[in-house]
Order: sequence, then structure tokens, then C-alpha cells
Amino acid sequence: MLSAFDRDAERQRLLTRRMLVLGGLKAGAVSALLARLYYLQIVESDKYATMADDNRISLRLLAPPRGLIVDRHGVPLAVNEQNFRLVLVSEQAGNPQEVLDKVAQLIPVSETEHRRILRDLQRSRRFAPVTLKENLTWDQVSAIEVNLPDLPGSSIDVGQVRSYPFGEATAHVLGYVGAVSEKELVGSEDPLLSLPGFRIGKNGVERHHDLALRGTSGTQQLEVNAVGRVVRELSREPGQPGRQVTLTLDAKLQHYVQQRLSAERSAAAVVMDVQTGGILALNSSPSFDPNQFATGISQDLWSRLTSDETGPLTNKAVAGQYPPGSTFKMIVGLAALEAGIATPDTRVFCPGHLELGGHRFHCWKKGGHGGVNMSDAIKHSCNVYYFEMARRLGIDRLSEMARRFGLGGRTELDLPGERPGMIPNSAWKKATFKDVWHPGETLVAAIGQGYVLATPIQLAVMTARMVNGGYAVKPHLTSEVEGLYEAPTAWPEVGVKPEHLKVMINAMNRVVTEPGGTAYSARIMQAGMEMGGKTGSSLVRRITMAERATGVKKNEDLPWKERDHGLFVGYAPVHAPRFACSVVVEHGGGGKFAAPIARDILLECQMLDAARLSAQQAERPPERAADSGTPARGTSL
Amino acid sequence: MSGWDLGADHANNMTLGEKLGQVTWSLVLLIILVASVGFAMLYSAANGNWDPWASRQAVRFSVSVVMMLVIAMVDIRIWMKLAYPLYAVAFVLLVAVELVGQIGMGAQRWIDLGFIQLQPSELMKVTLILALARYFHGASVEDTGRILFITPPILMTLAPVGLVLMQPNLGTSLILIMVSGAILFLVGVRWWKFGLVIGSALAAIPIAWQFLHDYQKNRVLTFLYPENDPLGTGYHIMQSKIALGSGGLFGKGFLLGTQSHLNFLPEKQTDFIFTMLAEEFGLVGAAGFLGLYCLLLLYGFIIAMRCRNQFGRLVALGLTVNLFLYLFINCAMNMGLIPVVGIPLPLISYGGTATLTVMIGFGLLLSVHVHRDVRMSRRGMGDF
Repeated sequence: MLSAFDRDAERQRLLTRRMLVLGGLKAGAVSALLARLYYLQIVESDKYATMADDNRISLRLLAPPRGLIVDRHGVPLAVNEQNFRLVLVSEQAGNPQEVLDKVAQLIPVSETEHRRILRDLQRSRRFAPVTLKENLTWDQVSAIEVNLPDLPGSSIDVGQVRSYPFGEATAHVLGYVGAVSEKELVGSEDPLLSLPGFRIGKNGVERHHDLALRGTSGTQQLEVNAVGRVVRELSREPGQPGRQVTLTLDAKLQHYVQQRLSAERSAAAVVMDVQTGGILALNSSPSFDPNQFATGISQDLWSRLTSDETGPLTNKAVAGQYPPGSTFKMIVGLAALEAGIATPDTRVFCPGHLELGGHRFHCWKKGGHGGVNMSDAIKHSCNVYYFEMARRLGIDRLSEMARRFGLGGRTELDLPGERPGMIPNSAWKKATFKDVWHPGETLVAAIGQGYVLATPIQLAVMTARMVNGGYAVKPHLTSEVEGLYEAPTAWPEVGVKPEHLKVMINAMNRVVTEPGGTAYSARIMQAGMEMGGKTGSSLVRRITMAERATGVKKNEDLPWKERDHGLFVGYAPVHAPRFACSVVVEHGGGGKFAAPIARDILLECQMLDAARLSAQQAERPPERAADSGTPARGTSL
Repeated sequence: MSGWDLGADHANNMTLGEKLGQVTWSLVLLIILVASVGFAMLYSAANGNWDPWASRQAVRFSVSVVMMLVIAMVDIRIWMKLAYPLYAVAFVLLVAVELVGQIGMGAQRWIDLGFIQLQPSELMKVTLILALARYFHGASVEDTGRILFITPPILMTLAPVGLVLMQPNLGTSLILIMVSGAILFLVGVRWWKFGLVIGSALAAIPIAWQFLHDYQKNRVLTFLYPENDPLGTGYHIMQSKIALGSGGLFGKGFLLGTQSHLNFLPEKQTDFIFTMLAEEFGLVGAAGFLGLYCLLLLYGFIIAMRCRNQFGRLVALGLTVNLFLYLFINCAMNMGLIPVVGIPLPLISYGGTATLTVMIGFGLLLSVHVHRDVRMSRRGMGDF
């Protein structure tokens, strides 16, 4: 039997041993904790640091301001306007319903809007702003600002919306902006496109220069907490704002032309600088208000625009294809001169018609013009003379000359939606109709009818190339894209003898300036600003014998859609042509209806130019004008 | 320290002044230091505010420090005498909690006493240690070899464990079992018996699984397959690991933990406060903190070694094991080593009863040290 002391000693030895075992186990466990800490905080640290940042840093895109579009004088054509929105953060509102009721007393809130707001409030997080009302007027903004203390959680938010100061006048040139479609999103790398509310160019210059105007996205690093609430901004990289696009357009002229065209039911006109090819005005009427597109167009308005038979959404200046009618005769004359089958003095007798292959081809003047030379035939727009020239030439030489003057193919204008027009030749006919070209078809083509189609822009280019000394200018709307592009200034020659061109210019001068010319009544009276040009009317539908019998003798007796188009191509001033212009009045009866429009336009652009010149001289300090070695920029527009 | 070798006779009759002289003040300072780390973390958890956690915790702690010293002054023989009655009181409270307890977070754990939300399961941990220590105080090595002799302590453990499981509170049940097991191990129960029990416990897991509550099953399943529940409990484990890992070697700095301050970290003021510490102070801070805590445990160990009576030794070791289990389970859970169980980090986590219980434990530990030379008979009360 052990003593009590021994028993206790034995017990204590056992306890101490087991205590050490237990201590060892604990030490092992703590080592495991340390190893785990080492693994997480050293070995895998980078991985978890990244995950922690992913958790807390939310990368948001900043939409850059869209580039401005200005005219050649710096007048803004497309700008960004502030769009005032009323937003509500329901968390700060206390009772959102109550705030909404108070808002409804200040600004009108429709039943559908009310429902939309309630739905949005329910769906979004309590700290996220919900838009109550967009596009607030200044009066509404002030009304709300004054009452803000009574509207907890609400605030006025400023966004940007595209605005077009000239509205309808520039709608067809500038186009408009709209929301990104599913199709546009596919294949694009630009993250901006996926931003809600981001708008891109849908038509016109807005679309053509969209990438430059758009700019590049900025980024904003925000710190967010576990529920996504923004805690603070960590960094901001503003991105590249959209570039400014300067057009060759003259805003005042563009505005004037639109006004002038609106007198007609449907018309288009183009004015260009004959030397540079820069488009000064390009109009299609009727038009639409692009500002309504920027803020979202109503279904009602959209269906009205699309169903209108005058095509307000179509840019007829580049997409309208018309038989050029008699405006095509200069091409026939030039082709004949260049081919050497006629001289300016070659005379043809016009008895009122020409017989070919058993068919009778009529001149517009029943009794005929008698004996005419090439110039007379332009002045009086004699068909028979050009029937004869075309008969001698054949379609292929004729179409080749047409192409040199920019017809029969897109002019490569920097605007979407341009259509090519049509200049037929024998190969084309063979390929398309599996048929030979008939000589009679050449006669029809000679007076710009039949297969021949041209757009107003092509007609303006044709005119410019004739009167600028024979340079193959190409039309362009863009004079400069900030830091990216500048319009070309030098052009190749067309390759037509200057004396031949001179014949045609003189003939066109006579059309307007000589009594008996087809556009004499539309001449410009201001000395030094006279214009030259050529009328044309293109047959939409032949008046049938049956109709003649029932009394429909004139165009005006037909339904609008079936009347002839009126055309005019012109230039001014005649002594040193600088502006070329084409006007098409759809179903406008004939060239005599288009000529006065062209006259007014050509007069206006010269007047504007003169006014600007005198204003510039008035502004210039006399001492600087005296010692300046640089020549006065008198010819600049 | 001059007081290390007081004569046994003198030790039995110390004045209050002498007792205060015997208090291990370095341990008290260490406790205050560790608790201060806790206040700092609670201050950070509230984004640099004393409200609502740090200030209240500090007040509670200050009160508990006084209570701890009072407990330390009470003669160890009185604690031995009270061991069974206290155990009985705790047991009755556990039964009471089943009948009238407050229900919160899907469990019935509290009794509202007005001034404090009492959690009897916490008290049970301390009283069970006292009761077991008293039971084995007079036991010889031969006694502990007999199955019949160790049956009562096993029943003393399993009865409260059953009640706590019913609450349900798996974490506390496991701690009770492990503390009790540690004491049985220390007094000399054979190795193979533990092997037998652990073996059969493992075999019983499939059966026990049936009795677990759904949320407990989910926690275990989520721990085993965290990817199944990326937004629920798995999210918490994942976010905790991200917070820890992103702390790196030196941490993100005090008040600069992004995971905790942006609320990615759940329960940052209670169960996951260690993660927050590791995020803000990195491996250096977390390891340093563990070192500090191990120093606390070492004190318990040394106090047990210096004690001349079996009761005191067992109480000291039992309390140390208890504290260690809290530390380990909480940290391991924070690191994703074990499933998430609701175990706070003593002295650090925000919470009333937890602080109270751990300070009672430290009070008893100090009492063991102050009265280390007190002689107690095998029967326990004889010399008092």
C-alpha cells in the first residue's frame, strides 16, 4: 500500500505527463493555424487581394461628350444640350409615394408615367436613383428647385441630349442619333455601346463620322460595399471627347434653301463649290425634326413620317434618282465634240420630230426649231438636234462621257444612303436584259429619259465639272475632322478640251441671259451675279391617247404622283463660276418651275458671300490691313 | 515573486492583503492587453466609432475585471465546496431555458434576467469544470481505471450536453464534451478507452446526422462543398478567406480593411472578428495576436504546475483547455479549416455572457494561483 504522499506524487507525475501531451496537441493545433495563415496570407495572398479588389471596386464607363458638328464658318449645327431629369432616391425619400404626390402637383405626371415610376421604385435598390421625369423645361426645373426642401430624396440630374439648332434644314445632312440596336452591338469592341442610354449616329454625318464624333470611353473606379452602394470614387480617367467635325456646309444658305424648297410639295437641291467640291447646301424637302429623334420619337409621328408619299425621311438630294431630262444634253454635245462628229457650228434642221426605224421621235416644240447649231439647241432645248447627235455617237460613247462627269455611279460623297443613278450602255443592256441595244434607245437616252437616271448631287457635280475648267471635283461635306482629316484641294482633269467646255458654258449662259432661252424669265438681275444653266423636265408617265381624248392635255391635269419632274442645273456667276447648283422639283411640271428656285438659291449664296466679305473688311483694323503682307481672303467663303 | 513559496499552514490562513500580493498581476495586465486589442477591433468594426460596440464592451469588461478579482480572493476551498451546488444551479437554468428561454436566431439560448441576457450554456462550461475537478480531486490512479468510477462524471457531462443540443447549440455541446474529455484524459483514463469512444463516435456519425437540424446539416455540407452555396454560408466562408488572404504580410492597416468596412465580411464584430484583425494587420498582426493568446494559455499551464492540490490543478487545466478550444475553433472557422459554428473569440468578440464567463474563468484561475499552497484533504473539506 502506497502512502498518501506517494499516491499524490504518482498522480501528479501522471498529470504532468498527460499535461505535456495535451500541451503538445495544442501546440500542434496552433501550428496548424499559423500554417493556414501563412498559406492564405502569403502563398495565396495575391489571388485573394485581387478578389478583394474585385469585390469592392466597380468599374464604370464614362460616356464622353459627343463631338460638335459645325459649318464652314464655325456655326454649330449639332450640339449637346443639357437634359434636366428629376431623380428620386427612395432610401432618402422616406415615403416615396408622398414625394411623388407632391411632384405631381408641380409638374404634370401622367397615369402611365406614374405606374412606370412605381414599378421602377419597386425594382431598383433603395439607394439607386430612379428617374421620375426627363426633359424638364426650365420652368419645371425652377419649380422643383424651389420646392426641393419639401421633396426629400429627389434631385435634378443633368444629362446630355443631342440638339440640332437648324432642325429640319439640316436633318437630311446631319441625320440623327439613336439608341444602339442589337445588330450594331454585335462585333463592336467599343464598351460604350453597351452603356444604357448611349446614342450613336443613325444617319447622315452623325452616322458617317460616328466613330470620330463618339470619342472614347473614360473609366471611373468606384468603391462599392457588399450591397453595391457607392462609397467613394477612387479614380477617374476621362477618356477622349468626341472630335469636332467641320462641314463645308453654309448653315445660312442651308437654312435658306430649305425655306425656299418648302414652297414646293417635294423637292431637292444641292449647291457646291465648283473648285473645291465642298457642298454648301444639300437639301431635301419635306424634312423632319431630328430633335424629336434624339429624345425618343412617338410611334404616331413615326408612322406618319414613313407613310407620307413625299418621303420626308428620304434624302432625295442623294437618294432620289430621276431621269435628268434635257439637263443631260450638254453631255451629248460634249461627247459629239470630243468624238469629232460635230463642231459647234454643225447645224441640224428640226422639223419637230426625227424618224428612226419606223418610229417618230418628237421634239418638245410641235412645229420644230428649224435649223439650229449646238448652242442654239441648248438655248431652246431642242430635242431633235441631240437625237441626231446621239444617233451619230451611239450609246457607248455617250455613256462614257456621262461617266467622266460623275454620272452613273456614286459620287463618293461622305454621306450614307447615296444611290448610284444609272447610265446605260450596250454591255449593260446585254447583261441585264439579254438583249441588244436598239438605236432608238440611244435617242431616248440623249434627252435624259429611258434608262438614264441621275441624282441631284450627281447633276451638281456634272455642272461643276463643266464650269470649273474641266476638273473632276468630287463632292464632299466634311472639310475637317479635328486632328484626323482635311478635305483634299487638288483634282485631276476630266480630259475634255477647254474650248469644247466653253461652247457648252456659253450655251448655258444663253439659256438664262438671252430672250427666248428656256430660263430667261428666271434670270438674275443683279449685275455681276448672273447665272447660267439648263432646264430639264423628266417624264414620269406618258399621257395616253385615251387621256388626251378625255381632255387631259397638260401635266397639271394629272394626279400629283404622275406629273413630270422639273429640273434645273445652274451656276453663278457666269463670268467666273464659283457655285454650281442643281434643283429637282418632284412632279413639279417642268424645268421652268425649277429654274426660279435655282435662281433664288444662287443669288442668295452670292449675297451671303458679299455680306460676309464686307463684314470682314469692316472688322479688320485699318493699320493691320495696311501693313499686312498677306492677300485679302476675298474669295474665301 | 516573493510569494511563490508560502508555507502550507500560512497559505491556509492568508489575509486579504496577502492574497492581493499573491495575484499574478502580470496575467491581469496581459488579460487587459488582449481585451484592449478587442476594443480596438470593435472600434474599427464600427468604422472608427466607439459606438455601438467598443464602448459598451469596455464598460462590461471593466466590471468583469472587478468581478474577476473578487472571485480570485475567494478561498479555493469555498469554490470546491460550491462546485456541485453551482453545477446544479447551472443545470436547472439549462432546464429552465428549455421551458421559458428566449428564442433568437432559431435557437433557444437565453434567459432574460432584465439586466443581462443570461446564457446558461456558457455558465455550464465553468461549473462542469469545477464539478469534474471536485469529483477527481480525491481520485487515485486506480480509481480512474475503473469504469464504474468514471461513469458519474461521464453522465455529469452528457446530461447538460443533451440539453444544450436541444437548444440547439452544437458548438457549445462539442466544447463541453471536449473539455470533459480532456479532464478525463488528464486524470489518467486509459488511452484505449478514448480510442474506443472516439471510434464509436465516428461510427455513430451517420446516426447522429439524422438528429442534426437542417441549418446544422447545411453548415457542414457547405463547408465540405462551399461552391454549392456561393451566396449563403459558402459566401461567408469565401469572404472571410478573401479578407484574410488579401491582408497579406503586413495587412491593410488599422481601419482600412476593405472587406470588413464595406460589409463583405459577415458578423465582423462577433464570430469573424479575428478575420478582420488579420485583414488589417496581416500575417504579422494575426500571428502576434495568436502569440499573445498562447501566452495566456501558458499562464494557465504554469499555474496548474505550481498548484499543490489536485482540485486547483484540474480547474486550471480545464479552464485553459476551454479557452484554447474557443481560440482554436473560432480561428479555424475564420480560416475555413472547420465548418462555421457560432463560437466567439473570448476577450475580443462583442458579447455580454461570453465576456462574463471568460472573466469568471480567469477569476477562478487567479484563485487557484493565490491558493496554490492551500492543503486540502482527499475528501476535500477536512482542513477548512
